[in-house]
Amino acid sequence: MTPSYDVVLVGGGGAGLRAAITIAEANPRFTIAVVSKVYPMRSHTVSAEGGSAGAIAPDDSLDEHAYDTISGGDWMCDQDAVEAFVKEAPQELLQLEHWGCPWSREPDGRVAVRPFGGMKRKRTWFAADKTGFHMLHTLFQTSLKYASVVRYDEWFVTKLLVNDGRVQGVVAIDLQSGKIEAITARSVILCTGGCGKIFPFTTNASIKTGDGMALAYRAGAPLKDMEFLQYHPTGLPFTGILITEAARAEGGYLINKDGYRYLQDYALGTPEKEPVLRTMELGPRDRLSQAFMQELAKGRTIETPYGPVVNLDLRHLGEKKIDAKIPFVRELCVKYQNLDPVKDLIPVRPVLHYMMGGVHTDINGATPLPGLYAAGEVACVSINGANRLGSNSLSELLVFGARAGLAAAEHASSNVEISQTVLAQAKDEHRRIEQDLFSKKGHERIADLREEMQKTMDESAGIYRTGAALTTAVDRLRRIQERYADVVIEDQSKTFNTERVSALELANMLDVAETIVMSALRREESRGAHQRTDFPKRDDERYLAHSVVHRNPDGSARVEYLPVTITRWPPAERVYGKAAPHGGSN
Amino acid sequence: MSQSQEQPEYQHRVLPPHISTFWWLEKGSYFAFILRELSCVFVAWFVVYLLLLVRAVGQGDAAYQQFLAWSATPLILLVNIVSLLSLVFHAVTFFAAAPQAMVVKVGPNKVPGSLVLAGHYAGWVAASAVVCWLLLGA
Amino acid sequence: MADQIKLQVARYRPGQESEATFDDYDVPCPKEWVVLDGLNHVKDRIDGTLSYRWSCRMGVCGSCGMMVNGEPKLTCATFLADYAPGPVRIEPLRNFPVIRDLIVDIGDFMRKLATVKPWIVREEEKPLSAGEYRQTPEQLDDYKQYSMCINCMLCYSACPVYGLDPNFIGPAAIALAQRYNLDSRDEGSAERVAVLSEHAGIWGCTFVGECTKVCPKNVDPAGAIQRYKLTAAVETVKAFFMPRGAQ
Repeated sequence: MTPSYDVVLVGGGGAGLRAAITIAEANPRFTIAVVSKVYPMRSHTVSAEGGSAGAIAPDDSLDEHAYDTISGGDWMCDQDAVEAFVKEAPQELLQLEHWGCPWSREPDGRVAVRPFGGMKRKRTWFAADKTGFHMLHTLFQTSLKYASVVRYDEWFVTKLLVNDGRVQGVVAIDLQSGKIEAITARSVILCTGGCGKIFPFTTNASIKTGDGMALAYRAGAPLKDMEFLQYHPTGLPFTGILITEAARAEGGYLINKDGYRYLQDYALGTPEKEPVLRTMELGPRDRLSQAFMQELAKGRTIETPYGPVVNLDLRHLGEKKIDAKIPFVRELCVKYQNLDPVKDLIPVRPVLHYMMGGVHTDINGATPLPGLYAAGEVACVSINGANRLGSNSLSELLVFGARAGLAAAEHASSNVEISQTVLAQAKDEHRRIEQDLFSKKGHERIADLREEMQKTMDESAGIYRTGAALTTAVDRLRRIQERYADVVIEDQSKTFNTERVSALELANMLDVAETIVMSALRREESRGAHQRTDFPKRDDERYLAHSVVHRNPDGSARVEYLPVTITRWPPAERVYGKAAPHGGSN
Repeated sequence: MSQSQEQPEYQHRVLPPHISTFWWLEKGSYFAFILRELSCVFVAWFVVYLLLLVRAVGQGDAAYQQFLAWSATPLILLVNIVSLLSLVFHAVTFFAAAPQAMVVKVGPNKVPGSLVLAGHYAGWVAASAVVCWLLLGA
Repeated sequence: MADQIKLQVARYRPGQESEATFDDYDVPCPKEWVVLDGLNHVKDRIDGTLSYRWSCRMGVCGSCGMMVNGEPKLTCATFLADYAPGPVRIEPLRNFPVIRDLIVDIGDFMRKLATVKPWIVREEEKPLSAGEYRQTPEQLDDYKQYSMCINCMLCYSACPVYGLDPNFIGPAAIALAQRYNLDSRDEGSAERVAVLSEHAGIWGCTFVGECTKVCPKNVDPAGAIQRYKLTAAVETVKAFFMPRGAQ
């Protein structure tokens, strides 16, 4: 008997759990399955630290949040989606509060908000500096209330079942037993997160391998804006562990080897003692990471055995403030860097953190494939455009998790018949994994291929890119794909075979990597997080559009362009550190 | 969630957890815990002993002298010494656990654990002082 | 500082073996490496069949709990160099059934967690239009510590009561119940009493205190349990003298 549900969610993180709860509340008779390769509380949402944006302060407005987001995204954001997002974010965060999320508070008991990068007003809700952890656990524990949400913990989805262009379920490996099964559904929502592990130095957990993006891509759904990768300015060297933007929001300084607050040289304003919004250390992440690279070129960064760094100075904040507002930062520095931010400088460098791009969806999380939806980092609506502002992503999980949930539920209620042909596809997939993939006695170690891929991405799709490096990367990735056919899987056991999972994840990452370098190669301009030294200017005439990459039948990638939706904010110059010419306040 | 009845190649045996009968010897803290629990036996002994003392006193001087002589025998002496040590251990570990188990608030502020602990010892000293005064003073 | 360190890793391959065995691996030992880095080196370079769970590598997801030299640890937060010259014995978390190698079955905890109703229970929900439930920083402090649990299961491994009696609901589940009981927004204490006051609930705990010792997040589950014992006792006495109406 093939298990069958109204809606199947792939991934049990913030977006997946929010979607599941939305559907369960909208219609308690709907059957919902959450299929996740890890237990939900292990999802990478758990590592998010700084906060989640929602405009609630009396001096704030939805339009200002929208303008900050759109300008932060270098005008690549679809403005209708941004308008919906900023409107729904405060409601979603409030709903989470009602569900028990331990938001940090003002003395009078109201929810507190803090400043964050690229935002003109304080609007980032936070739970100390473990916001993602608290949000995820609140969502997970709340989801336990709903008997209609059935969980498939530690099931790895390998394929989407598509019949006549409609997505009608998934094929997944039950990791514990090794059994490969079809789970059919009227709607499938991908909530699998991003793909940071294609880079060697990343804040991302080992599970961030772009599974959902690859699943969608192979099923015929296009990926959008893949070339836009966010480097977070402050990661610890060697481990890549994230030091939250909140450290700068609370007043931290970034200084180079001369102790100089170098951001003032990069059109980010003049340094003040206290943090000034949209200025200096509270500028947007792409500009801060680019400033680091330029300091590196000028020889003003500090050399360490783990690469060049600059210093994050929190000493002037004092122990009391650090323990109250950013205690986890202190814990992480003490543990992993053997220093105390109360009296030591923290070495930091830009680290791959987030993917603005992903599975192309509309404002309701629907992909062009009927029955397939996506929400969270895996999706690209797009509200983040060419560069995401910190604390917008956690809000995005909630807003678009809910939207995708509702849309998927509506589609499921249209009583589409689930075709039996998908079961034949499931049988094929079973054979592909058990026999084709499994009985390989090749020579290429998974780790070698993965490292080669990571090196390729690091050298070609970093903060500054060139056409030459990207062209080489396309070839190098293709070579790795060929070598993948010869991969060796030593583990022949069926029970919890993590080597097989690693091989499947590597295949996913290779597909995603190709879409990234192809999109980056085709975009001959610099915008937001995509900087081409051979095309250093923003080109609105040719490129005020999303890159949409489709998979050709022969497996190669085809890039097309889709115009950006502009409503009320015509493209303008992106200004930080001083008054903007028009459009928003500064 | 899945039924793997029909596919024996997917059935696997899970290793059940096992705990040794001598688990309490594996770690210092486990051993100390068991000693703490065993100290209750000696607490019970002391209660019995106290009741016997009270009964002897109530039965007059001869019974009381006999009780004292019995208490001085090597076995009872040994048992009582061990019991005293055990009781001190019991009290110290009990007090040490108190701040963890009791959260005392004065208005909105939490009383620090060290003060809760100090309070327990102060209470012990005070009670002992009263008993001493009763036995030796008045 | 030694260049290499020996890892003695417990292996269990169902279908191939009926008991756990140990495999030895020599791995590099730079000062920044944690035990997890050593395991990753084994899997990537030496023996691809070694299976274990991990994810965030920063001590917040709770995936990588294992026994290291007999103590339950997060392998991503335990430095290899601290065990030099070695060897380092790595085993699956104690007190749990072993599925494979270093991977244990935590299904028991997942079921028990749901039974304590770890969510906000209210007589009447406030509409969103009425805004947030006011909660002062002091009220947040009342339960904040218990909300830090990452579900890593180290406490269950350390607890001899759970080892001797698998029905015991366990430290993390009780701490999470307390997290909601003490949350000023919650009104569900009465609904949680029944499950917690069972013999396999709080009264199974004999305050060994090891759970608190091994907790990597300072949740202090032992404290949570003892505090709840007092609450539960008071509730029982109150119910005896002033029985509530029919539930």
